[in-house]
Amino acid sequence: MRLDPAAPVRIDLGDLGFDEGGSLLVKRGLRIAAAGAEVEVTGAAVDLGLHLETWCRAEGHRLRLAPASASAWIVSRGPAGRDRRDGGPRGGHADAARPGALAERPPGTWGLAARGAQVEAGSPDFGFPLADRLEVWSDDAARLYAQAVAAQWDPATAVPWGAPFDLPDEVEDAVVQVMTYLIENETAALVVPSRFVAQIHPHFREVMQLLAVQAADEARHIEVFTRRALLKRADPGLSTAGGQASLLTLVREPEFPIASFLLSVLGEGTFLILLKFLEEHAPDPVTAAVARLAAQDESRHVAFGLSHLRRHLAGDPAFRARLASAVRRRHDALRQTAGLNAEVFESLHLLAAGSLSPANLRRGHQRVMTLLAAMHEARRANLERLGFPPDEAAELSSLHTRNFM
Amino acid sequence: MTDTLVLGAVAYDAKVVTIWDGFKEYLERCGLPFDYVLFSNYERQVEAHFEGAIDAAWNSPLAWLQAERIAAAIGRPARAIAMRDTDCDLTSIVLVPAASSVASLEGLRGTRVAVGAADSPQATLIPLGHLAAAGLEPGSDFEVLTFDRLPGKHGDHIGGERDAVRALVRGEADAACLIDANHLLFSRDGTLPAGAARVLSRTPAYDHCNFTVLGAMTPPAERFRDLLLGMRYADPEVRPLLDLEGLKEWRPGRTSGYAALAGAVDRFGTIDAFVARVAARCG
Repeated sequence: MRLDPAAPVRIDLGDLGFDEGGSLLVKRGLRIAAAGAEVEVTGAAVDLGLHLETWCRAEGHRLRLAPASASAWIVSRGPAGRDRRDGGPRGGHADAARPGALAERPPGTWGLAARGAQVEAGSPDFGFPLADRLEVWSDDAARLYAQAVAAQWDPATAVPWGAPFDLPDEVEDAVVQVMTYLIENETAALVVPSRFVAQIHPHFREVMQLLAVQAADEARHIEVFTRRALLKRADPGLSTAGGQASLLTLVREPEFPIASFLLSVLGEGTFLILLKFLEEHAPDPVTAAVARLAAQDESRHVAFGLSHLRRHLAGDPAFRARLASAVRRRHDALRQTAGLNAEVFESLHLLAAGSLSPANLRRGHQRVMTLLAAMHEARRANLERLGFPPDEAAELSSLHTRNFM
Repeated sequence: MTDTLVLGAVAYDAKVVTIWDGFKEYLERCGLPFDYVLFSNYERQVEAHFEGAIDAAWNSPLAWLQAERIAAAIGRPARAIAMRDTDCDLTSIVLVPAASSVASLEGLRGTRVAVGAADSPQATLIPLGHLAAAGLEPGSDFEVLTFDRLPGKHGDHIGGERDAVRALVRGEADAACLIDANHLLFSRDGTLPAGAARVLSRTPAYDHCNFTVLGAMTPPAERFRDLLLGMRYADPEVRPLLDLEGLKEWRPGRTSGYAALAGAVDRFGTIDAFVARVAARCG
């Protein structure tokens, strides 16, 4: 405890490196030093002088070597340090429902602090790229998170892995091909929210938590689709360049709301219909179960995408044009690719047919046509929910990647 | 020429958009019509500056020398109108493993020296010039291991320096060159484990980026400079911008801190062809 606030602050770091925590002690010294007072830092760490010099330059403090010493420095607090409040503000409130609980753009210096905690001045800036409430937040996030946590299912027990069935070879091959396709699409759906989880300001913790569970959902989907693919076969099927090119445009989308729109609203919205189709027409109970379980989760992902984009658009209606242009840009980028590969398309056809008999093939074809129409309809409806006029919603839906996700 | 000041900046990182969007908003709030254009590399930016596509350029020290020399060749003045406090009086360091027997720069003869991007002033050109001034010619007296991340960005992306330090830590290099501030950064983030390396040498102090203007100062350029110099870290609206750009205060530009880099590029001929080509085209 310092009894005399006017006395100079002396900090002896011993052999503690500045990078090892010495900076904490120096900062603390500067915080408690009276205005205009200097802090004397002594230490034996080999790089202390270099580190103090570069740190002081970055912080706007002045540094000089103490008279007649090679291991003592005098730090004079620059104006920038004084400009920060000694006692920082409360970073919002823990309960998001309280008025004023959420900042529109929480500063990076609130860092990983619990929302509502007192954030001490001098905290480091984490520089979270996604720190704009308009861009990130959804009032539904907490509810959807709680729902997601409650709805977690155990792949080991939720799927009747031991159920007996025996499919014709070509139908089993079709299932394996569809699973192979689902795995790479679900991998994209894991990678995209995972990237953004690390970028979202933790002030918006409910969104961060929801995306984390979303990634965990996809991890389980990848697991069950892989397990189904390998249930009767040694290897998965074919992964195509066109399919991966389509997914690459998703994985590389740098903007969260646009990625969310392309992935959750359009991609997973389409996938939801596909999974329901697979559940309905699955030739075996395991395929039906994995499709049903995945669909449960995907519907939450779509709901969140719609919810936070609706909020975003309410605050920034002009953003709708950017969403539309993202669809068109992606369509143009994929113009030269083959779209959904023939193997997947034919596998869906065969899976829906159940056998190679002409009558069943005709029925399978009709089911796939119905599927495509239902996908378009679902996308169109979701786009209208986001406020796109009917004609534009229909146009944008038709431009969505032929790869579905 | 409109009243809008168009600034050129190099997109070395996605945050550059955030930074200049923020400055645009601030400057326009202060009454200066402002816009910015991002370039993928400094050479394109310097060339565009001489073509009149931009009114001012946020230049790396190497880009400043390029602009200054092209301007001199064609008889136009080039001015450094402002810079960050954190651009002043930097040094680069030469690291060796803590257990290395090398005790002086001379001891690096016949060794492998890791540097950053080939066009990085701080991680390559200035330290190699420092070694050359000590009598060690890069490439002949010692092997240069270049970690060339994002050429054209003049080392703004620190990946090259990080790779050079990693090579040192893995024992694939006998020395590594980096800017002084990154020693602390890499020590803190674990790239440089505690006690793994020691500083063999520091270069003389030099300066880094500046805002460059060609020709006479126009009223928008003067207003731009004055608004920058008037930004105060105490202003909570300004502080996040300054934090993003890594400074506490803007200072009037000075050109006295580029001698070490000028000496290095003279010695290595780094920018001669570019300067000659642009000067011939724009002269």
